[in-house]
Amino acid sequence: MSAALCLGDDALVLSHRLGEWAGHAPVLEEEVALANIALDLLGQARVLLSLEGDEDELAFRREERAFRNVQLVEQPNGDFAHTMARQLYFSVYQELLYERLAAGEGPYAPLAGKAVKEVAYHRDHAEHWTLRLGDGTAESHERMQRGLDALWRYTGELFRPVEGLAEVDWAALHGAWRSRVEDVVGRATLTLPEGSDGSGWSAGGGRQGVHTEPFGRMIAEMQHLHRSHPGATW
Amino acid sequence: MSDWPLWEVFVRSRRGLSHVHAGSLHAPDAAMALRNARDLYTRRQEGVSVWVVPSAEITASSPDERDPFFEPAADKPYRHPTFYELPDGVKNL
Repeated sequence: MSAALCLGDDALVLSHRLGEWAGHAPVLEEEVALANIALDLLGQARVLLSLEGDEDELAFRREERAFRNVQLVEQPNGDFAHTMARQLYFSVYQELLYERLAAGEGPYAPLAGKAVKEVAYHRDHAEHWTLRLGDGTAESHERMQRGLDALWRYTGELFRPVEGLAEVDWAALHGAWRSRVEDVVGRATLTLPEGSDGSGWSAGGGRQGVHTEPFGRMIAEMQHLHRSHPGATW
Repeated sequence: MSDWPLWEVFVRSRRGLSHVHAGSLHAPDAAMALRNARDLYTRRQEGVSVWVVPSAEITASSPDERDPFFEPAADKPYRHPTFYELPDGVKNL
């Protein structure tokens, strides 16, 4: 299991999920914001997957069980608050992880140093929306809380050590993530669910190629064009 | 979203230049307006600084006032600094 594949698949899969908002976002401004974030992630995925092999081959020709992304990023978009909960959990994690990789001297330091600035914006975007939805109307509060609750079980997997990233102290990363997310969620008048964020049972297995049911449909759509017209160019 | 206020966006493309009106957008508040502006108007490295201003806060001249406002300047060429030679190397003028 290579770290480039794990991090690259996280970025690729989340990029595709965010891309699904195109044409469906609640407002035009937000549609462009989500597309920008998706494109940042796609750029990261291209660099990371290219370290591992042919990027197109890896993205479009692998079977479901060969993907190494965490299950959090493959979860369907749900409503806008659900997507923002996923963004909050993941972007805080990704920023902290890239900060550590950038500070180290491993093979991912150059990429992480560049990408951490992109991800800092993704995290800022998710935090602002969490605050507005949580501290907004009764309905937005309820939807944001529902998103945080539903995705909580997938957060424990983020902190299971990835082979080849020796510079990362995963327990410290988890602690930093938890306090950062707790701070935002508290300011948004929301609450984090109890337990199962890695301390107890939590969902997981994505890094071993075990994925949740919606993922199969997602990659079927993502790979459809490439598989229908192998080698096509324009 | 129709109940979100309209904001005008001004982007400064380089240090030393002034902010230029780039367009407008809808946002629920100033912080989100600034972020939307970044996403909509600086995607292709257009800027190093962005301002957002509530459109409702702008007082604009009316088309009806065009003649009294602007017409009198039309026949006063002596107001133009046309008698100076521009040194080489002066850009953005």
